[in-house]
Amino acid sequence: MALLKRRSGSQEDIPTASLPDIVFMLLIFFLVTTTIDVDMGIPMQLPDRGGEFKVNPENISNVLINAQGQILIDDELTDVTQVQEVMRTKVESRGLDADGKPKLIVSIKTEKETRYDSFIQVLDATKAAGATKISIAEPEK
Amino acid sequence: MQFAKKSKAEASIPTASLPDIIFMLLIFFMVVTVFKEFNGLPVLIPSARTTEKLESKRNVAYMWADKLGRVSVDDKIVTLDDIEPIMAEKFAANRRIIISMKIDQDVEMGLVTDIQERLRDAYTLRVSYATRLK
Repeated sequence: MALLKRRSGSQEDIPTASLPDIVFMLLIFFLVTTTIDVDMGIPMQLPDRGGEFKVNPENISNVLINAQGQILIDDELTDVTQVQEVMRTKVESRGLDADGKPKLIVSIKTEKETRYDSFIQVLDATKAAGATKISIAEPEK
Repeated sequence: MQFAKKSKAEASIPTASLPDIIFMLLIFFMVVTVFKEFNGLPVLIPSARTTEKLESKRNVAYMWADKLGRVSVDDKIVTLDDIEPIMAEKFAANRRIIISMKIDQDVEMGLVTDIQERLRDAYTLRVSYATRLK
């Protein structure tokens, strides 16, 4: 019976030789389509409708920006580079309230024709000075 | 003369686990990929020092406003009155939604406040002024 070969185990494997190539293709697709850029911005919470509440007027600092980009902080003309310093002294002079936040409320008011960039520069400087309560008043009509 | 045939030195890198490694990379990229949905309008956003990263892309909706006064949401130019229903729908779908406003630095504040008023109507109160880090 020398001619009987040992029966080989049935070979029914899926060929996997090209698997790396397929996975590479998928990988390259995802590499190309992935954008790692993160969204950046200045977060702001808009006020709820209707909820008007009284605040101590002593803690309010009024900031006005006109269409020419001139800034008026509590009736004093201020250069955009000085806003942060002026705001910091104002924040420090008012002190902190019970929950550890600065008492100062900054109300930023613009004209209708004010450039968005001037507004952002003032908002940025105000935030950098440590003010957390910032109110955006409606533009003067 | 029983010289054994000199075997060639085996210097190949084992590639048996190569698919596994690539699969790992693939899964990583699949998980972190969030497809960019909209192109928006060409805007030059202002730069600011207090720019912060937004928490998660999945909670962010975008809108654009360019210096011609056009407002775009979901790649459609919309009028101011269209904003409220669109945003209300977005708020209903995701209550943690943040509206990232990509507004050109030359836009007038009148338009910005008009947009914000519509957002307040839609109750989408969490917004972010898109800025570049200075």
